[in-house]
Amino acid sequence: MLDYITSYLSSNVTPGQAGNFFWATVYVMVVFGGVSVVVMAMNWLERKALAHFQIRLGPMRVGPHGLLQPIADAIKLATKEDIIPAEADKLVFWVAPLIILCASFTVYIVVPFGPTHAITDLNIGILFMLGVSSLSVLGIVMAGWASNSHYPLMGGLRSSAQMISYEVAMGLAVISAILMTSLNSTGIGTLSMIGIVQAQQQAHVWYAFKFFPLGLIALIIFSIAMVAETNRAPFDLPEAESELTAGFHTEYSGLRWSLFMLGEYAAMGAVSSIAVTLWLGGWLRPFPNWLSGSFFDLVFSLFPAFTFLALAGFCFYGVTRMPKHPYFRLETIGLAGFGAVLGLIGLILLITPVRTRVQDIYWFLAKVAVFLYLYIWYRATFPRYRFDQLMAVGWKVLLPASLVVLMATAIVGVVI
Amino acid sequence: MTDPTTYISHLELGEPDKTYLDTNELIINMGPQHPATHGVLRVILKLDGEKVLGTECVIGYLHRGVEKIAENRTYAMFNPYVDRMDYVAAVSNGLGYCETVEKLLNVEAPPRARYIRVILTELNRLASHMLWLGTHALDIGAMTPLFYTFRDREEILKIFEKYCGARLTTHAFRIGGLQYETYEGFEKDVKNFLDFVPPKIDEYEELLSTNRIWVERTVGVGKITGANCIALGVTGPVLRASGVKWDIRKAMPYSGYEQFDFDIPTCENGDTFDRYMVRMKEMRQSLRIIRQAVDGIPSGPIMAKVPKVIKPPAGEVYHSIEAPKGELGYFIVSDGSTQPYRVRVRPPSFVNLQALDLMVRGALVADVIAVIGTIDIVLGEVDR
Amino acid sequence: MTPVATNFFFFLLAGVTLISGILVITQRNPVHSALALILGLLAQANLYLMLYAPFVAGVQVILYAGGIMVLFLFVIMLVNLERAKKEEQFNKLWLIGTAAAAALGFLFFTVYLKGKALWQDQGTALPPETSNTQEIGRLLYGQYMFTFEIASLLLLVAIIGAVVMTKRKV
Repeated sequence: MLDYITSYLSSNVTPGQAGNFFWATVYVMVVFGGVSVVVMAMNWLERKALAHFQIRLGPMRVGPHGLLQPIADAIKLATKEDIIPAEADKLVFWVAPLIILCASFTVYIVVPFGPTHAITDLNIGILFMLGVSSLSVLGIVMAGWASNSHYPLMGGLRSSAQMISYEVAMGLAVISAILMTSLNSTGIGTLSMIGIVQAQQQAHVWYAFKFFPLGLIALIIFSIAMVAETNRAPFDLPEAESELTAGFHTEYSGLRWSLFMLGEYAAMGAVSSIAVTLWLGGWLRPFPNWLSGSFFDLVFSLFPAFTFLALAGFCFYGVTRMPKHPYFRLETIGLAGFGAVLGLIGLILLITPVRTRVQDIYWFLAKVAVFLYLYIWYRATFPRYRFDQLMAVGWKVLLPASLVVLMATAIVGVVI
Repeated sequence: MTDPTTYISHLELGEPDKTYLDTNELIINMGPQHPATHGVLRVILKLDGEKVLGTECVIGYLHRGVEKIAENRTYAMFNPYVDRMDYVAAVSNGLGYCETVEKLLNVEAPPRARYIRVILTELNRLASHMLWLGTHALDIGAMTPLFYTFRDREEILKIFEKYCGARLTTHAFRIGGLQYETYEGFEKDVKNFLDFVPPKIDEYEELLSTNRIWVERTVGVGKITGANCIALGVTGPVLRASGVKWDIRKAMPYSGYEQFDFDIPTCENGDTFDRYMVRMKEMRQSLRIIRQAVDGIPSGPIMAKVPKVIKPPAGEVYHSIEAPKGELGYFIVSDGSTQPYRVRVRPPSFVNLQALDLMVRGALVADVIAVIGTIDIVLGEVDR
Repeated sequence: MTPVATNFFFFLLAGVTLISGILVITQRNPVHSALALILGLLAQANLYLMLYAPFVAGVQVILYAGGIMVLFLFVIMLVNLERAKKEEQFNKLWLIGTAAAAALGFLFFTVYLKGKALWQDQGTALPPETSNTQEIGRLLYGQYMFTFEIASLLLLVAIIGAVVMTKRKV
């Protein structure tokens, strides 16, 4: 039994490839927990960042600077009355959010946080991700239908039509990145996520900058399509409040609605992971060629520690700015404690063995975090597209552009 | 868009449409409670899929009987009621009413009062347009300009509060002039404001005018021709955006507007984007007027020789001003007593709302909300 | 990749496929039938995985479960369902129907028994997993290139035909 557990530690493959159930389960739980934490953090960050974009403060009351707001939201949603419309189809009503949730979370099986830090490495990795994330369309259609009301049905159908339209452009952009993996000496490409990043490593260039500007255009096309895929601004007409059809999740209340939001944020993270893996070099550190050498390796390896120490610094700065009133004593202590925990993690990350192991995961998560911040930025800045304009952009702009990029990549790849 | 001769009256809306076969027509109610109707407005839409075939506005949810109340109040007592109609641009309402009664009494406010009235009215125009911009952008989906415009509107409201004690329903003017002398530092505050605001207006334009999504949502949406505007009686920025250069401040000047040098911005197309551009340009012209006015406020009395008990001679008078939303007119009939016999308000929003049906024929549902926002209605004025 | 608990997974997936197949034809509500079909298709994709054909499994999920079933659901939801619910599940011909199904089943079974000799166990080793995508690619774009292009042309014609038929005179 113990050998079973320890035998995996010496191998350098993912638990799925090693066939080790125990470690696969451990990794699954870690990833699941991590995604849940990221979703809660996104919830807080979205409200805070949107507020700061709009010259206001956002949640400040629940916990210091609103840090406990996601927990309050979760408790509120969990304790709300669970209303099911009278004529609704109960089975479908109950299953729809589950499908979206399961589809969004299952995708994380193949997300590569490092060369061996993935739950498994299917050799159809990217195909699996695209396929399973397209199952969430089913959930939306079912949610709209099960509410047995006219507006959610129209909203659900519109939302799903939008999603399947942008999946085409997404897929073509992905293909042009996969094409670039086959430009190695053997001429055989790979669909596996870890293989794609390793191909970028061997080509010594991230695919976003390969065959400039083709890789970059493919990345931009994918970024726009992924925003539309997850029904986020500026493509969020089906779920906007000030429009007539209030969206497919109108009739859902309480915990069921929170499952939708959970699935949406998880899907955002999943498609950001695809973008990062395919074009931005996954877990590779930036500038491997220009800033190479042991000095720069050391500098870049200190980034995780610096990040956490900087966050701790922000927390302590916030502590100094807290009002000096007895009501705020608990919050000040809480913020200081949070800052201390972050600082401790930062200091632990300075230790060399931890540092070397955390490198890949950190760079991957940092790049995904940039994309998630971009999501929030888009929501604050842009007005909404009208539905027919949305479909026009998807079919008439993104699809031809991705086809052209694909053909150009193929031609350039053969010629060069 | 259809021309007025094929206008389907609201009575016919209930009958089955005889011009289409095999279409699934839907009658949808944008109820009185709706985040995007700027008040309690009910719009019944007849849709064919996503396209709008016709609309019917049901108003009256905010009717408070203001005109009836006027018959039981003296002229000075009725002054505060007037602010509550277009509560966003209350100063303009007050200006229109006071000028109409002054016309009845055949007095004229002294020059100093006129200059200060112009300053406050133009500040109010700025405040009204800023609120319009924020809410209109919010309807179309841009959440952020709302907070920026409200933040800058605060500066105007601070000036109002320092002047007359109220931010929104100001009751700033009296019949015959002003009651309050400007406070210490009024000119300095206004001049600081004039330096503070132009970069902000540039910021709003930068956020929206060249934004591709904004342009796609507003260009070509809600078109109305100048001829249709005149036929329906639409005035204000809606009229000017359709190419008709008509502004009461230039055509029939009042309160000393003839002394100031400003332009009347117009645009040709008459769609939502043009109305947006016209209002942005109007904001800058307002700044120009304020700058000229605040530099040369004459000294003198602020109140004309008006008897304590206002008893205008019997007669009727109609006087209109250019409110931020259009031509705001007052028709007062006096029977020689201290209370008016009839006060009829011609609210610009009420008349402009009639254009909604013409503007959204053939457009999509999402455009209805954009068009309601672009007409810039305030339900307090529509319903009175 | 080392296979783990093959028997258990095979019987589980086969059972799920069979049960969902039965549910498809016995559910009264068409949407429930469609859901059961999705379940069956996903189980079948997993069976492909067990046969070391991951590409086919991935494509099954993307196209069948994610595309075609969405189309089915769209159509089911936009069509009037009330009449379908009120129809009788079984009509008076059920006896003849059962007899015909039994005869067909007997035919299949006989064919399997007699014809099993024709398909000798070739004893081919299961191909390595990494080659499924490459092999399909080689076949599709090499040997069967012409067929592939004709099939895509057919699909293009179908798309254009659908758009032309449903496009309304604007």
